[in-house]
Amino acid sequence: MKLQGEIMSGNKEENQRLPRKASDFAIRSNRLPEFAIDRDYEKCIKCEVCIRQCAFGVHYRDVEDDLIRHRAEDCVGCQRCVVLCPTKALTVRVNPAQYRAHGSWSSEHVKDINRQAETGGVLLTGSGNDKQAPVYWDKMLINASQVTNPSIDPLREPMELRTFIGSRPESIKVEDGALATKLPPQVSVETPILFSAISYGAISYNTQKALAEAAVELGTLFNTGEGGLHPDFYRYKNNAIVQVASGRFGVHPEYLNSARMVEIKIGQGAKPGIGGHLVGEKVSEDVSITRMIPVGTDAISPAPQHDIYSIEDLRMLIFAIKETTNYRVPVSVKIAAVHNAPAIASGIVRAGADVVVIDGFRGGTGAAPKVIRDSVGLPIELALAAVDERLRKEGIRNRVTVIAGGGIRSSSDVVKAIALGADAVYIGTAALIACGCTLCQKCYTGKCNWGIATQDPYLAKRVNPDIARRRLVNLVNGWSHEIKEMLGGMGINSIESLRGNRSQLRGMDLTSDELAVLGIKPAGG
Amino acid sequence: MTLDRVEIDASGIYYSDLNQRVREAVERGARKIVLKNVFGQRYIGTNLYGALDSDGLVGVEIEVHGTPGNDLGAFLDGPAITVYGSVMDGTGNTMNRGRIAINGRAGDITGFSARGGEIFVRDSAGYRVAIHMKEYGDKRPVIVIGGTTQDFLGEYMAGGVVIVLGLNLSGEEPHYCSHVGTGMHGGAIFIRGRIMPHQIGSGVGESEITAADESLLEHYLSEYGRIFGINIPDITPDSFIKLTPISKRPYKQLYAY
Repeated sequence: MKLQGEIMSGNKEENQRLPRKASDFAIRSNRLPEFAIDRDYEKCIKCEVCIRQCAFGVHYRDVEDDLIRHRAEDCVGCQRCVVLCPTKALTVRVNPAQYRAHGSWSSEHVKDINRQAETGGVLLTGSGNDKQAPVYWDKMLINASQVTNPSIDPLREPMELRTFIGSRPESIKVEDGALATKLPPQVSVETPILFSAISYGAISYNTQKALAEAAVELGTLFNTGEGGLHPDFYRYKNNAIVQVASGRFGVHPEYLNSARMVEIKIGQGAKPGIGGHLVGEKVSEDVSITRMIPVGTDAISPAPQHDIYSIEDLRMLIFAIKETTNYRVPVSVKIAAVHNAPAIASGIVRAGADVVVIDGFRGGTGAAPKVIRDSVGLPIELALAAVDERLRKEGIRNRVTVIAGGGIRSSSDVVKAIALGADAVYIGTAALIACGCTLCQKCYTGKCNWGIATQDPYLAKRVNPDIARRRLVNLVNGWSHEIKEMLGGMGINSIESLRGNRSQLRGMDLTSDELAVLGIKPAGG
Repeated sequence: MTLDRVEIDASGIYYSDLNQRVREAVERGARKIVLKNVFGQRYIGTNLYGALDSDGLVGVEIEVHGTPGNDLGAFLDGPAITVYGSVMDGTGNTMNRGRIAINGRAGDITGFSARGGEIFVRDSAGYRVAIHMKEYGDKRPVIVIGGTTQDFLGEYMAGGVVIVLGLNLSGEEPHYCSHVGTGMHGGAIFIRGRIMPHQIGSGVGESEITAADESLLEHYLSEYGRIFGINIPDITPDSFIKLTPISKRPYKQLYAY
């Protein structure tokens, strides 16, 4: 590690030359450490677990004093060392030392400016938007039956969560008691909760394996993201959604034919309008096989798909995929929630997509420019309500499945999303938290101490795919049960009856404009 | 032999029906499909995955007479397509394996994101040719353009080879393309004929033509001549310039960690 003020040049003789020029010195960091570490030396047994667990090199043994010490300035607050310390000698907390309080210039602003003054780079971050933007889920209340339309107990009565993903025909014909209309391809899932796109490359092999196996066990789908499908994971094809994004990594006919659904990724809630960039350091041997690019090269996903500059071009790709898969699987189109999402969604439906995915601005990412993650896009609640409304007004909502993602944190968020008009939801961040993620937001460094967002074999083996699968299955089963309880409370016994049923929602602490966009009445009204 | 050959009159047939007929013919054992009166039908050759095992598709030939629509041979994985006429946009989009030869000119995004196979265009091609083309293992796509191309040739190119012969340029007329190789981080573009420094994207540099390049160029020049039945003038490898990316990691310094 380079010490502050150390001379940049590696040439010893040059270093000894005096006087030194200002340009010889590295730029010193003026940043306050983000976290403070307290080590209880009475409890510390110097076992070095903390040293081994931290990929950021925070803890070290001071040989002279025979003590374990730390460099708090390198700590990312992931809490791995705290959890694994056998004697619970460590506490990591937000550094109480802050710059002088200022109503306009928060400590975060000051730190960010310093970081850019030191590097001149684009500030990167991981996970979803962490700002205090209004979370409309928290301002919507769910209804329940009292006396009339009695509530239903899901423990004694059947409760239907099965959801069909795909497009619907305008009408159906029944002849001699049998369906005479050829239905477009549908995927049946046992719960309206799907795992959203997280590529192998962004996350470790074991984490994607756990997601795939959990999807198999739950009867739902996982999504490869745009990084291709590892050869070992073709066996999960009956529960896979494969993505086609601007980088077209690992996209070939066999890949497209090894999935229940193909998703065209136009945008992502965490970084609408920009592309992706998997740094060469993360393109390991296995990632290279999956993405089909050489080891160590940058995997650049351009901002647009260069064959899609219009809705007509989008139609061209949708049908290219349908031709390649012989019209056997639904094709979905995923966009980030942006201001004109309703008009775009209308175009997507008219372009022939079977599924429209809207990803809100609290959606996660392995790497995004911080300024874009925090300032571009819309909360999913508003975008979803606006898209559903627009498609209904145009009389085309019935044609497609709508999936909402980006900031779904609990089963009640799922219920509210479906009542606002979604058929199903995508969960990404919640799934990774189930696997051990603590939202330290350093995914882009590739040094995830929890073994999730890393390709370093030493770190990646920390996710036991078997245990992670069980945790994911537990989470989705728990949520599904809670959804049944809430449905029963509303006197509804099928998730289909909740879809777009906004009368089951009321808004609290919302302006009349917000209520109008959400299409719900105020609480008490 | 005649059983192997199936001729389909494409006039008035909707593209998905036409492509389905091609697929059925291949499944029934046809190895050469001749499509007559093609007029704008898209995705020819795209739906053949699984019609035979994928190595079996390598021997399948599709002959197209007329003007096929967009995305000719998109996701192509094995067959050879020869077009007697010009083609529209997206030819060989994300193709994996096979060969496409165009006896005419090609539209925009020819060879977009291709990972393997060969595309020969007798005349010129449109915008964004070979954009984000890549290579992997033994897969190394090659695009040969007889004439010139429009802007953004080889943008974001991550692998593969583009050869632009400039045969239709007269005298000192420079190539039409600007922003050549912008964001390029792999592969090589060989251009014959006049190209001005301002036409070449930043991050791209001229590099030396090696002995391996020479044999590659000789091979593809003779292939071009053979496929299109053209006696090409005596072109030597030293009449090309070779453009390669300066860095495999063009955006390495972009971020603050």
